[in-house]
Amino acid sequence: MPEYERHTYDVVVIGAGGSGLRAAIAAHEAGARTAVVCKSLLGKAHTVMAEGGIAAAMGNLWPDDNWKVHFRDTMRGGKLLNNWRMAELHAKEAPERVWELEQWGALFDRTKDGLISQRDFGGHRYARLAHVGDRTGLEMIRTLQQRTVQLGVDVYMECTVTDLMRDGDRIAGALGYWRESGRFVVFETPAVVLATGGIGKSWKVTSNSWEYTGDGHALALRAGATLLNMEFIQFHPTGMVWPPSVRGLLVTESVRGDGGVLRNSEGRRFMFDYIPEFFKAETADTEEEADRWYDDKKNNRRPPELLPRDEVARAINSEIKAGRGSPHGGVFLDIASRRSPEYIEKRLPSMYHQFMELAEVDITREPMEIGPTCHYVMGGVEVDPDSAASRVPGLYAAGEVAGGMHGANRLGGNSLSDLLVFGRRAGEHAAAYASEIGGGRPVVPDEDVTVGVRTALAPFDSGGAENPYRIQQELQDAMQDLVGIIRREQEMQLALKTIHDLQERSKALAVEGNRQYNPGWNLALDLRNMLLVAEAVALAAMERKESRGGHTRDDFPMTDYDFWGKRNVVIELAGGGAVHLRLQDLPEPPPELAALLEEPH
Amino acid sequence: MAYDLTLRIWRGDASGGGLVDYTVEAEDGEVVLDAVHHVQAQLAGDMAVRWNCKAGKCGSCSAEVNGRPRLMCLARLSTFSRGEPITITPLRTFPVIRDLVTDVSFNYRKAEMVPAFTPTAEQPTAPFRMAQVDVERSQEFRKCIECWLCQDTCHVIRDHDDNKEAFSGPRFFIRYAELDMHPNDALDRKKLVQEDRGLGLCNITKCCTEVCPEKIKITDNGIIPMKERVVDVKYDPVRLFRRRRGGDDV
Repeated sequence: MPEYERHTYDVVVIGAGGSGLRAAIAAHEAGARTAVVCKSLLGKAHTVMAEGGIAAAMGNLWPDDNWKVHFRDTMRGGKLLNNWRMAELHAKEAPERVWELEQWGALFDRTKDGLISQRDFGGHRYARLAHVGDRTGLEMIRTLQQRTVQLGVDVYMECTVTDLMRDGDRIAGALGYWRESGRFVVFETPAVVLATGGIGKSWKVTSNSWEYTGDGHALALRAGATLLNMEFIQFHPTGMVWPPSVRGLLVTESVRGDGGVLRNSEGRRFMFDYIPEFFKAETADTEEEADRWYDDKKNNRRPPELLPRDEVARAINSEIKAGRGSPHGGVFLDIASRRSPEYIEKRLPSMYHQFMELAEVDITREPMEIGPTCHYVMGGVEVDPDSAASRVPGLYAAGEVAGGMHGANRLGGNSLSDLLVFGRRAGEHAAAYASEIGGGRPVVPDEDVTVGVRTALAPFDSGGAENPYRIQQELQDAMQDLVGIIRREQEMQLALKTIHDLQERSKALAVEGNRQYNPGWNLALDLRNMLLVAEAVALAAMERKESRGGHTRDDFPMTDYDFWGKRNVVIELAGGGAVHLRLQDLPEPPPELAALLEEPH
Repeated sequence: MAYDLTLRIWRGDASGGGLVDYTVEAEDGEVVLDAVHHVQAQLAGDMAVRWNCKAGKCGSCSAEVNGRPRLMCLARLSTFSRGEPITITPLRTFPVIRDLVTDVSFNYRKAEMVPAFTPTAEQPTAPFRMAQVDVERSQEFRKCIECWLCQDTCHVIRDHDDNKEAFSGPRFFIRYAELDMHPNDALDRKKLVQEDRGLGLCNITKCCTEVCPEKIKITDNGIIPMKERVVDVKYDPVRLFRRRRGGDDV
């Protein structure tokens, strides 16, 4: 076997977004030799695009807020399909994790009393999101990045992991390649933390970047782990729709949290027409009450624009389909007529900038045109709630790549807090696992490295003529049209067939040039993950015959509390690599937590 | 409306290269990065370029467009004159890896040299109490997306590799300024930034401010106040007096 570059660690974290960096910090502080491996430069991960804030019941503005209310909001927002224990840990630990960022130098916006300010967001009973204007993700990643650098954690930038290596059933390491040179590198490590984010690049209209190709989901599957809830995809209600170049680009929920409203082409605040039974008791039914809520949350109910994202996205979709959309196929998001220009520029500087620069729209003067965009996958690697461990010994997952926490729909702001809470837990437990192993370290099998390298290099001499960019585009079209916001059996069948065809065609992928910084080749390798994950999503979505959260079936429009409300769809790879699916009972919360869910507000 | 657009893109690696013309169909409302992606997908699958968010938030797609350092994702095609090719070259201050991708590790080395935030003895543990008005100055600098355009354009290092050793560059001067202005930071980095990080080499031509996509007033709000603070510390007569009496470790 040729000599490859080799590195030995106790914990290798794949991904350098919020959860990856938080995991690396935790593992390092626990005494593990730790490395972070990431596809982009440090500080560019998708977390940087998070805008609104970090949900944490600190109670800085509303002393009545506490972890129990946050837990309740999270579970109800997830349509009760969340792993209750994850939701509990998340609600309890989020405040500590936010203060930790402040301890490391983060500068959040302040209240009048000098505490961390908190803002309103959909589905949250109280103003709860710690934020910095509308660039909270940047603050978070920079703080974690600076902490990582300060601690001296090794970071392998622009390095892609293609396969996890196992010794028997246990994790033994990872195989990757440097994007800069195309040369392979072997990481020998008993513990791997997957922190690779999501899968949104498989949809055409998406807020996600090129990195979001479901690498962690696919690596986990291929290593023998299970995926949970893959049918639940969050379409964020407000993405830009025009110009075409920026279609899908995120428009933060803070616009609505800070007073913005949705209107159709007739000028009507249509969200009042879409309040579901499930949220009726806690949602305002007049504009007057909704407007009073911003200042008096005790005596008024939340505006319907701040219903959970799945509800708002479906409503917008319906308005557009009914012919009441905006000129470029969205609806109007209006904050200009409701807040002063100074307020808007202060609270939403990055939105102001984004619309000015990219659409020549001044959001302090005119409404924005927006529509749903693929944003987040609730589904992910099935993990133990306390330790973030998957079913494969030594393999952990945290953040978007992990499943269970958000149930059928994630509340805005709960992602950044999720990254911190479970990133830390994953890092700590991975370090503990590595330390328990001691001298009995697993060994990376040479033959698996050889096979991994051969597979990765296949596109250079496949003899085929398929263009990776074209395959990706066809996949995006199929997922957008056939496994989008509203789903039907026949369409998903067609999507599956398309995915299988594309998998077949991708055996004949051809790339030009050499291995040095070659995006065509890099994409060819990412495609393998995209296609596998897309197949998992389509299969799971066909299986769940009900509508709930980020999974809406035209042919099964009702939410089924008796059967599907108690089931998770689990995906795993059978022998030979076939995607296999089974149902699994959802863990039930203990009575004291279940009681919280019934509380009216 | 679709039209034919010619991009003149530098292609090559550390051993050399040159401009290559590509003509693709472009649309109103697109940005330079879209056109580069069209070239990649249709004509040159192996053309190296960095990008991530495509929304001006991550600072990855920095390049020199018609000679001007900028983010390709914020360079709208409608702002260029039709019929003329758009020339795209890699950042000149950093060594080329391939095509539009440069080796920006210089910046990560400088980042490692920054002494981290250190809370004061008065408020050693978060949650801290800090007034909005007091955090705002540092918040401006924390808007930085690390696109390295200010570093690229800075003439202290743009054509003077030998200055790189002793010069951290505008991005890091505002990082030091940010920490210096943090209401709960205890460390004094003024002497360090002046003497070891090259603040003294900056002669405030404001080129960095001009290219900043976040419109951070790097020179006016960061570098000049830092220079003033350094001078204050050096020549503050009260402190000098105290120091002579051995009362203050400046």
